[in-house]
Amino acid sequence: MTELLALIVAKYNFWLYIILMMIGLYAMIAKNNLMKKLVGMNIFQTAIILFYVSIGYKHGATLPIIQGDHGGHGTHGAVIHAAEYINPLPHVLMLTAIVVSVATFGVAMALCVRVYRRYQTLEEDELRIRLSEK
Amino acid sequence: MLHVKNPGTRIIPGNEFEHMDREWVPSDRIIKTVCRILIPFIQIYALYVVAHGDFSPGGGFQGGVIFGSSLILMAISYNLKTLMKRVTEKFLSIFAATGVLIYVGLGVLAMIMGGRFLDYSMLAPLVPWDPGHIRALGMLGVEIGVGIAVMAVMVIIYVNIVSEGRHDEGL
Amino acid sequence: MKFLGFVIVCLTGGLLLYGTMDLPDWGDPASPASTHLSDYYIEHIMEETRVPNLVTAVLADYRGYDTMFETAVVFCAGLACFLLLRDFRPKKTGISAIFPRV
Repeated sequence: MTELLALIVAKYNFWLYIILMMIGLYAMIAKNNLMKKLVGMNIFQTAIILFYVSIGYKHGATLPIIQGDHGGHGTHGAVIHAAEYINPLPHVLMLTAIVVSVATFGVAMALCVRVYRRYQTLEEDELRIRLSEK
Repeated sequence: MLHVKNPGTRIIPGNEFEHMDREWVPSDRIIKTVCRILIPFIQIYALYVVAHGDFSPGGGFQGGVIFGSSLILMAISYNLKTLMKRVTEKFLSIFAATGVLIYVGLGVLAMIMGGRFLDYSMLAPLVPWDPGHIRALGMLGVEIGVGIAVMAVMVIIYVNIVSEGRHDEGL
Repeated sequence: MKFLGFVIVCLTGGLLLYGTMDLPDWGDPASPASTHLSDYYIEHIMEETRVPNLVTAVLADYRGYDTMFETAVVFCAGLACFLLLRDFRPKKTGISAIFPRV
């Protein structure tokens, strides 16, 4: 019982992110509207971003900004221990990933606007009928 | 079928904002006033976020997005013409390219000064201050470039999508 | 299609849930992600760059190329939106303004 509890405490956030990711994947597969597919794609990306950020966490550590002597003139005071600050690398990667996700979402919406302008619909089955007519 | 909000005024084509759909409602006076007061503070905050990216949470991406969202707020609270009168398309295009060029230019400048690409410590003879902080200054310049590019691209994406590329009326 | 999608999603989710069993515990300071490179960054950034914000230092200095092409990607996204959507035709008046073009 205590083993199960320890497992849940150690892994529950990964499970939550996987559930979120599967919600996004289901929206991408099963939804009929192109905009809803895009929203599913964004949910998927958000789950991955949360997963990466939670990988960088350490217990008992603070956010990755060095405390204390900000002037940095000469030798700084206390020696810096790596265990005191959380891992900055996932944050860097996800910062760029967020910006790229916004940019790709913008391009995808522009494509949706073009599709709607030409075929007057965003539903996938109607689009398929319109495409087979031509 | 042509529905004009105020039949008393004479419409000058191409000069004033014409609304063709009957669902359009002019923005409330409260919304306009609050946004007009709020937008400068949002922009100052965005500049703070960019400038203090070295010492506190922040940076070019975040500050650029905040600045772009303040311009988008102007477009939402008034209308799109109000934004496009102040921030023209030419301005946005030039800024989006300028941001990338600032970044690349700093890297090339480091190469000209004898270092490797984006090696900020080679820029030390260019600034008269303490050369120990030259890497922080180089990062600040790079972040300013990123912020300008992201700000311009956010507004470009919003304006093009919301008006279907005609830049006349939209959300 | 909806049922098939649900089955695929459940299978993928189950596989990923099984995969989390091998991941390190949440917040473990000795996990592989936070032992090799990030220790170097945290301990040496202050003397190498004198920038207290580790995220900015890694983003703009150590990973300068990454961020540069990231900015280029954002610029290209704006350019793609412009090229896909911009419509320079003048606004039509008369009957075609009431009935929008197809």
